[in-house]
Amino acid sequence: MATFKREYLFNSLFLAITALSSFLVIALLLGIFLVLLKESLPAFQRFGFLGFILSSSWDPVKENFGGAIPLFGTLVTSFFALILAIPIALGIAIFITEVAPKSLREPIGMAIELLAAIPSIIYGMWGLFTLAPIQSKYIEPFLQKTLGSLPYFGKLFSGTPLGIDIFTASLILSIMIIPFTASVARDAFQLVPPVLKESAYGVGATKWEVIKDVVIPYCKLGILGGIGLSLGRALGETMAVAFVLGNLNQFPSSLFSATATVTVKLANEFTEADKDIHLASLFYLALLLFIMSFTILAIAKYFIQRTGTK
Amino acid sequence: MKKYLFIILSILLLISCKAKEEAPKVSGKTLNGAGATFPYPLYSAWASAYYKEKGIKINYQSIGSGGGIRQITERTVDFGATDMALKPEEVEEKRLLQFPTVIGGVVISFNLPELGDKRLVLDGETLCKIFLGEIKNWDDPKLKALNPGVNLPSKPITPVYRSDGSGTTAIFTHYLSDVCPKWAKEIGFGTSVNFKAGIGAKGNEGVANYVKRTPYSLGYLEYAYAVQNKIRAADLKNAKGKIVSPSVESFKEAAKTSQLDPAKHFYAWMTNAPGEGAWPITGATYILLAKEKAEVNKEVLKFFDWAFQAGDKTALELHYVPLPEEVKSKVREYWKNQGL
Repeated sequence: MATFKREYLFNSLFLAITALSSFLVIALLLGIFLVLLKESLPAFQRFGFLGFILSSSWDPVKENFGGAIPLFGTLVTSFFALILAIPIALGIAIFITEVAPKSLREPIGMAIELLAAIPSIIYGMWGLFTLAPIQSKYIEPFLQKTLGSLPYFGKLFSGTPLGIDIFTASLILSIMIIPFTASVARDAFQLVPPVLKESAYGVGATKWEVIKDVVIPYCKLGILGGIGLSLGRALGETMAVAFVLGNLNQFPSSLFSATATVTVKLANEFTEADKDIHLASLFYLALLLFIMSFTILAIAKYFIQRTGTK
Repeated sequence: MKKYLFIILSILLLISCKAKEEAPKVSGKTLNGAGATFPYPLYSAWASAYYKEKGIKINYQSIGSGGGIRQITERTVDFGATDMALKPEEVEEKRLLQFPTVIGGVVISFNLPELGDKRLVLDGETLCKIFLGEIKNWDDPKLKALNPGVNLPSKPITPVYRSDGSGTTAIFTHYLSDVCPKWAKEIGFGTSVNFKAGIGAKGNEGVANYVKRTPYSLGYLEYAYAVQNKIRAADLKNAKGKIVSPSVESFKEAAKTSQLDPAKHFYAWMTNAPGEGAWPITGATYILLAKEKAEVNKEVLKFFDWAFQAGDKTALELHYVPLPEEVKSKVREYWKNQGL
């Protein structure tokens, strides 16, 4: 009887600990949110909401702060990173699930997932010392010569190719998010019931037709979810872009111009922000980023869950 | 039950071990400081030598000047450090003490393949206009007038600045504000300012790397960094109209001739100093103390007094410029007047 009681005690203690751990995380999330809210209050009171997100001024000397440029920069770099990453990631996922021989699937999948294990500061340093020079010397002048002469579209490639710009930042970001998009898409593709594919092959469809008309439509939501997850990561990525974006408070005029993102501003200015309103404005930016990526991740999770239950 | 006993015993054992370990430390104190990143290599070198000699540990964390000011204002550290001196009224209001420790200079690095082994000469006005984006090309008449006989190409200048907040930027922009009314009015000075032209790079290493591999660019670097990496720097025309090269001597000259006033807690900018041989972009890095903590301050000052006596060699080895003796004695006098 005594042992039973003790076991019971242990059991409930164990359950309590697991519950505590989970609630701790939620409390932590809430706590971080509250701290951001509290610290950004002075900036909120001074600049308001619309006044802050629509103002493009960021002048620590005159104490006039607005978040339009970093917020815009965050969206633009993430957007271009997605454009570069999605086709490659989908290609990888299709290759692994549909095309590659079974013996190759595991090693390739592993190699791609290992990309995600590289710390982002390494991407940043590699970007500054290796990729940026290559970009400014070879890739960007080449793009300017070829795509730069296109009507309308060519404007994206104007300006002096300096290598520290949106294009380089997006390229690095895209390399960083490919593993996420690819692995979520692969998992989604594997959920396609074999019966569907086999019947398609049975009526004479080619591999391309099966992928295009059966696999991708079936996994639409899963792919969207994967894209959302990657977007969340791209929005919040700091060190990889801090080195190659320049922290210039100006709206970009082309892919080859420097600008700022929220995280780049934070990484660059947090340590030396010696005025209270400067610090509060940085916290304000952090809060907006928090809300932005939180919302996007929540939507992405929702999509991924829907594919699972279908 | 045995299990519990074992656990309790081992915990007790651990505690007693820890107590034993801490016992000798009671005699050797630890002083905690935090702040500016610029003097960090020097302070930690001084600290380790001081520990060997006196057994007192100095724990300095380079969290940035802003953080240093905040921490000492909230009294969470024994001393704070900042690259940008607080104004006398701020020092009073926060009940702090402030004094300089070492001098640093900012140099102009550039990439001009046509220059060969000739020297490049700049002055405040041209530098300001380059960073305002008004002087756009290397063959601008202003640059030509400063560099007679130098083949200046018709290529656009790319100014490079620090994208991260930094004391180096503060000194540099203060100099531009000194010599250029338009800069003072439109941009001003601070650890991060709203640069109008050019491209930002992160840290000294970012600027150096960028200038090195981009022909026709020009950026500002901390002197120690430029020396360690053997980066060429331009000469400048100073307040007296003399052309000077950046060197330990010209930094010292700037410190000697600038108005470091103990009554103002040494709040002064050494930029554009009036000395004949003074390098115009010079600044000091500062220590902040909590005024009411007399006991702790005495310990901290023992360390800096020791550093003033024995630390010059280390400073020079690390390419920092020690304070000239005149300034050191002023600082010591300031300590005395504060009853320390």
